[in-house]
Amino acid sequence: MTLLSLNQVTKNFGAIHALLGVDLEINAGEAVGLMGDNGAGKSTLMKIIAGNFPPSSGNMHLDGEDVHFTKPMDAREKGIEIVYQDLALCDNLTAAANVFLGRELHRRIGPIKYLDHEAMNERAAELFAELKSETRPRDLVRQMSGGQRQAVAIARTRLSEPKLVLMDEPTAAISVRQVAEVLDLIHRLKEANHAVVLVSHRMPDVFSVCDRVAVLRRGSKVADRPIGDTSPEEITGLIIGAIETA
Amino acid sequence: MTNSKETSHADIDESISAKQEMSGLQAITRSQPFWVAMAILVMAAVMSQVSDVFMTERNMFNITRNFAFFGIMALGMSAVIVTAGIDLSVGSLMGLTGVVTGLVMQQGYSIGLGFAACMGTAAIVGFINGWLIAYLRMAPFVVTLGMLAIARSIGMVISNNKMIYEFGPDQDLFEWIGGESVVGVPNPVWVMMILTVVFWWVYRYTTWGRWVFAVGGNQNAAKMAGIPVEQVIVSVYVLCSLCAGLAAFLLVGWFGSVTNALGVTYELNVIAATVIGGANLMGGVAYAFGAPIGAALMELIRNSLLLAGIDALWQQFFVGLFLILAVLLEQIRNREKS
Ligand SMILES: Nc1ncnc2c1ncn2[C@@H]1O[C@H](COP(=O)(O)OP(=O)(O)OP(=O)(O)O)[C@@H](O)[C@H]1O
Ligand SMILES: [Mg+2]
Repeated sequence: MTLLSLNQVTKNFGAIHALLGVDLEINAGEAVGLMGDNGAGKSTLMKIIAGNFPPSSGNMHLDGEDVHFTKPMDAREKGIEIVYQDLALCDNLTAAANVFLGRELHRRIGPIKYLDHEAMNERAAELFAELKSETRPRDLVRQMSGGQRQAVAIARTRLSEPKLVLMDEPTAAISVRQVAEVLDLIHRLKEANHAVVLVSHRMPDVFSVCDRVAVLRRGSKVADRPIGDTSPEEITGLIIGAIETA
Repeated sequence: MTNSKETSHADIDESISAKQEMSGLQAITRSQPFWVAMAILVMAAVMSQVSDVFMTERNMFNITRNFAFFGIMALGMSAVIVTAGIDLSVGSLMGLTGVVTGLVMQQGYSIGLGFAACMGTAAIVGFINGWLIAYLRMAPFVVTLGMLAIARSIGMVISNNKMIYEFGPDQDLFEWIGGESVVGVPNPVWVMMILTVVFWWVYRYTTWGRWVFAVGGNQNAAKMAGIPVEQVIVSVYVLCSLCAGLAAFLLVGWFGSVTNALGVTYELNVIAATVIGGANLMGGVAYAFGAPIGAALMELIRNSLLLAGIDALWQQFFVGLFLILAVLLEQIRNREKS
């Protein structure tokens, strides 16, 4: 079943054409790898799906319904979660505060509503444990390693039961062990019938978890292949342009 | 298998909670307000030896009342500085709101109306500042510098450059609120203490407080997390202005008169107090308790110089010195951390 379909999505930043008429379909329970050289437009595409900015033209359908996101909350409400490439964390807040940013948990005494630090710390600790990350909920993000920061950004997507999780290079800064955990998480998401888009430069990651791989080159989609019908060599050729299209 | 997993989990939990308790205490001892408070205690101990007058009730009363006004304003300023902003217009706003309060009450209106006019004026000015900064993305320094001139000028125009010293039927109550005390503590000090606790609670336990710090830490990230960044920014400038208005209301009551020159250059002292109290001008860091502590240190310097017989002209020198030292200390600590 098609969960999300993009139709001729184009994005211009002034004179820069970041995306040129991209079509893409994502099915429930499927992981799609999105690959491409630096500046190919991968993050731009992720941000359009996540509601950071609207496309210059083209449209998006979610569950068959035409959607127009004007802000990230719109996409989140529709069940789309994203791990940004730059992680988008607040250094001055704790790990738990970052995980719950924008959807804080509260407690209530009579008319007074206040932040439930305990519940947020506990839940964040559970999520970090699930990711096998040694991240402490009460530590400030400023003092954290790259891998811990990544765990915080990924843990955020686990707060709800999202339909679609977008991961923009989630394994860029982490150890081999943690990469395995993230890939494992993607497997589990698929089993639970969630869809995942994985942006990565790491061929083995894409080939081990994704069902399909799409390649962007200078803003255009030049390939979209089931993983079984292609090879890392072919994808590399498509990324660098040695192979025109496939 | 299950067993060993459980124990290892328990181990991890235990080590985590052990670390937290440590860092809870450390967090306090590492914070700037703590060290400034220590400096205050040391200075007070020295002064009580050097001067017979220092520890007298009269002197304590004066010190606390004098810094209460700055402390109240510094609380509001701390919210602005957390968002990496600055509000240079608070001194002028004191002049404007003080004059507005005076004019309204001079006309024979009640103190309730005077207070409403005072706070209403403050809210409008804060809203204009915040709106220009949040929605037109103008630099806070420029907007509030402009407002510094504008608010002062409006104060001069509407007061016709005259002193106001008649406050209508509620004059006695008005002067009592600003000038008298309850159980030996000056009323403005009560206001400052209550507000400090409120700010502390709001920073720590409300969504709004959390969002203010998030905006200061990483505005983009806050935006992407769905926080209404613009509204948060407007709200901190309104809050800062309200604090300035409140301080003006109390100060005019204490003086028993007001001119449009009320609060000239106060913005510098307020910003200095906030920064000495641990607020980082780069945004993201401030402490509710830092505001009164920073203000207290500055007043203590002034008072000590006075009692030590050193020319009061030296006061600004020492305030400046402490300000630079405070920021230097903060930088050294940050360098150690990273
Ligand atoms: N906000 C923006 N304003 C202007 N240009 C932008 C903006 N965001 C992206 N671009 C441009 O759009 C193009 C695509 O960028 P994008 O970040 O999508 O690439 P990417 O495929 O994610 O690259 P990388 O692998 O380096 O992350 C680049 O030329 C980039 O400079
Ligand atoms: Mg990118």
